Amino acid sequence: MADAKTIWIVLQLREGGLHRMSREAIAAGQALAARLGARAEAVVLGAEVGDAAAEVAGFDLDAVHVAEHAALGAYTPGAYVGALAPAIRSAAPDFVVFPHTYQSVDYVARLAYEAGAAYVPEVVSFEDGEGELLFRRPVLGGKLQARVRVGGEGVAFLSVQSGAFSGDDARAGSAETRPLELGEITADREILGTETVGGDQVDLSKADVVVAVGRGIGKPENMPIVEELAATLGADIGASRPVIDNGWLPRDRQIGSSGQTVAPKLYLAIGISGAIQHLVGMKGSSTVVSINKDANAPIFTVSDYGIVGDLHEIVPALTAAIADAKG
Amino acid sequence: MRIAVCIKQVPDTEARLRVAKDGRWIEEDDLRFVINESDEYALEEALRITEAHGGDVVAVCLGPDRAKEALRKALALGCAEAVHLVDDAYQGGDAAATATALAAAVRTLEADLVLSGSQSDDVGYGSTASLLAGHLGWPHAWLVMGVEIEDGASSTKVTREMESGTNEIFRMQLPAVIEVQAGINHPRYASLKGIMKAKRKPLATPSPADLGLESAAIGAAGSRIEIVDVSFPSSGDEAEIIEGDAEAAARSLVEKLQKEARVL
Repeated sequence: MADAKTIWIVLQLREGGLHRMSREAIAAGQALAARLGARAEAVVLGAEVGDAAAEVAGFDLDAVHVAEHAALGAYTPGAYVGALAPAIRSAAPDFVVFPHTYQSVDYVARLAYEAGAAYVPEVVSFEDGEGELLFRRPVLGGKLQARVRVGGEGVAFLSVQSGAFSGDDARAGSAETRPLELGEITADREILGTETVGGDQVDLSKADVVVAVGRGIGKPENMPIVEELAATLGADIGASRPVIDNGWLPRDRQIGSSGQTVAPKLYLAIGISGAIQHLVGMKGSSTVVSINKDANAPIFTVSDYGIVGDLHEIVPALTAAIADAKG
Repeated sequence: MRIAVCIKQVPDTEARLRVAKDGRWIEEDDLRFVINESDEYALEEALRITEAHGGDVVAVCLGPDRAKEALRKALALGCAEAVHLVDDAYQGGDAAATATALAAAVRTLEADLVLSGSQSDDVGYGSTASLLAGHLGWPHAWLVMGVEIEDGASSTKVTREMESGTNEIFRMQLPAVIEVQAGINHPRYASLKGIMKAKRKPLATPSPADLGLESAAIGAAGSRIEIVDVSFPSSGDEAEIIEGDAEAAARSLVEKLQKEARVL
């Protein structure tokens, strides 16, 4: 075991505790460590992280590195990269696993540059490709998945996509905490505050039935067929991101990672291909129906029923059939 | 201000995709290629900034011969110049190798600001411009939904998208690299006049040697990450596809929603 490998798992905190996706990253890191016979060590960063570090020490890990510094209180890429890059260069773990959060994505590529690492974002699984470790990740907006290999020498970073690993699989245990040696750390942003986008006029989270419309609708002039379907069903209307970006519906109708999360009894996805950013906002729905012209659209992998064809014909037919059924 | 905008040409997101024979990527021959969506928003944002504060915009694109069309469109939209990294040695690289080449090109432009989309709609690493910022030693921000140039162009107020409908607002010093999220603005269309003018605007094609780059550092040769194969996703628990014409399929679906799923 002269060359036992080491995996670091860099965790994100939220309100003093662990971010939901940090548990998933621990599960992913533990799974990778088991596969490689490697040590799994966590890293926790912040201004005062005592409680979070104690929480992380309750997982089955070989160590918990604690980086405490006033400049790490509010996230900035300058401070995070300043803390982590020298530590990674000096400890030289084989892999560093991150949760693929909006915060990680902001600094991990930059950290990869400063630490001389290769970076595979949005990993959904680890796979054995004829004896070689491969990483699966979505490409082309989730329409396809690629398996990638990391070659060359040096550290590899992986960020783990939301929901790809279950936080419940993170094994409990006990780990020793130790301080991470820190150099000079400076923030590169002056934080001014936060704002809520699009107000909170529409709350889709409690809707029983949601009709969600995507780019496949083509143009705003086509929206009435969707509105009629929603009215007939007594459904709330939501949308995937491209519809919002094009200004066809207001931003408070957006469903997905940067919008609302819904969990209705019935979810109808109309002309939505199913990028991961959309799927994370609707996968809690009980019954999912998708209408899409592309039989290979990833939305069908999370649907119970699907119709492949032209939504401009199918949606009005569906409205009529529902109206008939309701008598 | 002089703003460099890094753009990529990608398959139209509405295109019907097929896996290529060798299984390593998609069949590209019959596809329509367009400017990557978030890069189009970055171009628009750059043009708006120079319209408000003066200056000009240079579009930079690494890609094969076909990508010249994307640069011509950027020129038609109002960019003053274009740089095309078209040499074979640049192609087929991962985000790190691509960023190395783009950084060398951007350094020759004496830009005060670099804009780019946050993520490409094809490979989607979402890393290239952050890595470029590393090369330049400039601060950067990803998933940006608002840019306000301040104080004689020495700093910028940035609005960045976070999870669940929250934005974070902060100030960064310039020069900087800003990675724009789709939806930050409403991109303009090229005018006929713009298209005519674009034909006379400069479009440079520097070789790796022109930029002082070793071919081992760029393209596929300079990459550690390689796509082994691609496939359509499968959950092992696919949707039941309902067949028939629109009317028959709709009736059959309603029946299933009533009797099987019991949600109607």
